[in-house]
Amino acid sequence: MTAAMISRPVYPGLSPDQYAKTHLILCEGEGAAAVLDMAAKAPKEFFSRALILFCPAGTGYEPKLAALSPKSLWVLPTIATAMFRLRGVLATATMGTRVYAAGTEPFIGSVLQETLAVGIDHKSVFTEHRGSAKRRVQCVHCKGCTDDVTASPFTCTHCGLTLFVRDHYSRRLGAFQGVCVDAEVPGEVPPVEELYR
Amino acid sequence: MSAPTEIRVRVAEAEAVTPAIKRLKLVPLTSTPLPDFSGGAHTVVHYTDGPRHVRNPYSLMGSPFDPSAYQISVLRVPDSRGGSALIHDGVHEGTEITITSPINLFPIDRRARRHILIAGGIGITPFMAMTAQLDREGADFQLHYAMRDRASGAYWKLLKSIYGHRVHTYFDDTNETLALTRLLDGQPLGTHLYVCGPAGMIDWVLKTAREAGWPEENVHFERFAAPPPGKPFQVALARSKRTIDVAPRESVLEAIEAAGIEPQFLCRGGACGQCETAVLEADGTLHHNDHYLSDDEKASGKKMMICVSRFEGARLVLDL
Repeated sequence: MTAAMISRPVYPGLSPDQYAKTHLILCEGEGAAAVLDMAAKAPKEFFSRALILFCPAGTGYEPKLAALSPKSLWVLPTIATAMFRLRGVLATATMGTRVYAAGTEPFIGSVLQETLAVGIDHKSVFTEHRGSAKRRVQCVHCKGCTDDVTASPFTCTHCGLTLFVRDHYSRRLGAFQGVCVDAEVPGEVPPVEELYR
Repeated sequence: MSAPTEIRVRVAEAEAVTPAIKRLKLVPLTSTPLPDFSGGAHTVVHYTDGPRHVRNPYSLMGSPFDPSAYQISVLRVPDSRGGSALIHDGVHEGTEITITSPINLFPIDRRARRHILIAGGIGITPFMAMTAQLDREGADFQLHYAMRDRASGAYWKLLKSIYGHRVHTYFDDTNETLALTRLLDGQPLGTHLYVCGPAGMIDWVLKTAREAGWPEENVHFERFAAPPPGKPFQVALARSKRTIDVAPRESVLEAIEAAGIEPQFLCRGGACGQCETAVLEADGTLHHNDHYLSDDEKASGKKMMICVSRFEGARLVLDL
């Protein structure tokens, strides 16, 4: 099922906002490379007004990000801890702040959930997908979300149903939709494909 | 978006709010209630006086929570094509007119953390309904309202009496100016800005907001362009196999309607995109007066918004 799904997010890529007074940059894993690429086309003083929240996810980009001399660089161990910090920053942030997010889709989706909650349209957040194509998937039957899904079908970690991963995406949940693949004939499951490595 | 349906209404009240602004309260002729609307919605008033037809968009300014009547304000525009003057002078208490069901092209973004409303002159009307809605919903809002002077400004005393310190007024004749850059500075992230007023004011607000680093998704505006007059021209309609004359003070849409053809429309002000029409042939220059088509689309010469745009040249053929 590869037909274009209008809810399938697109990530146009990071580019510096020339008017923003503060740049709030969130990156995860290989997403840091997107920030470094943006640095190449950003004006010199850009990072003096930048706050960077970074989840390394096993990568070693921290020294390179630090070398950009951002106003602040916070390194957080997980998406959850990064989102907790993001909520704190958003609570006192003012207009003129541009939000950037780069990394895997579950990471970008988490950022967009937090920014939406304070009234920021998803189109206002500059995004770039880097790294794994893994997905967060919500089971439409039990409503449980499974993180780091790389194959379809897969087994729902909550209810155990075998789920087909659709391109149908929910911004509210930051997750794709997973639908029971063997509802008609239980046990008749198509071969597992590693689609989202 | 489906085409608007027409509703017959009676003018229950006609009040001269200022020498140039008339408030009309419109009630349905039957027991069928008027359709619900949300703050920022407008209706198109269709008024006929002998040979003259007017179809003008007006913001609904009553409370969205009062389903018994609609309220609009008609500014008598000097030098206008006569439409507003016709309605201003010809419509009285008891007059029956036709309106379209409301369409909202200027809605409140309810995800916003704060709403800043900026009105200039008659641009206050959509905000009359929006403030009622925001107040009822307990939203954080403030209204900044600029007027020429105290006498010609409408509803500012009323708004101040209801919303108190949330309403800020600025009068040109006493040199009070809205310090916009300062207002925009330091607003909480997630604040949304709405502006309605003269074209120059809208342009100024959009530019100031952009330079203050506000994302365009947080800035909302509504401008209805009145169809600008111009030189007369002819338009050939390929599907109807008709050739229509467009008079100097008439839009293509109005000329086509006068010939008995009913193209799609919603706002009649170059904003909504409903009357977008394919241009099959244009030997001459299209004058795009809308705010809907992108610059690239305008340059391509393949489309025009027949409610406000004009043509100058030898031959224009539209897919109508």
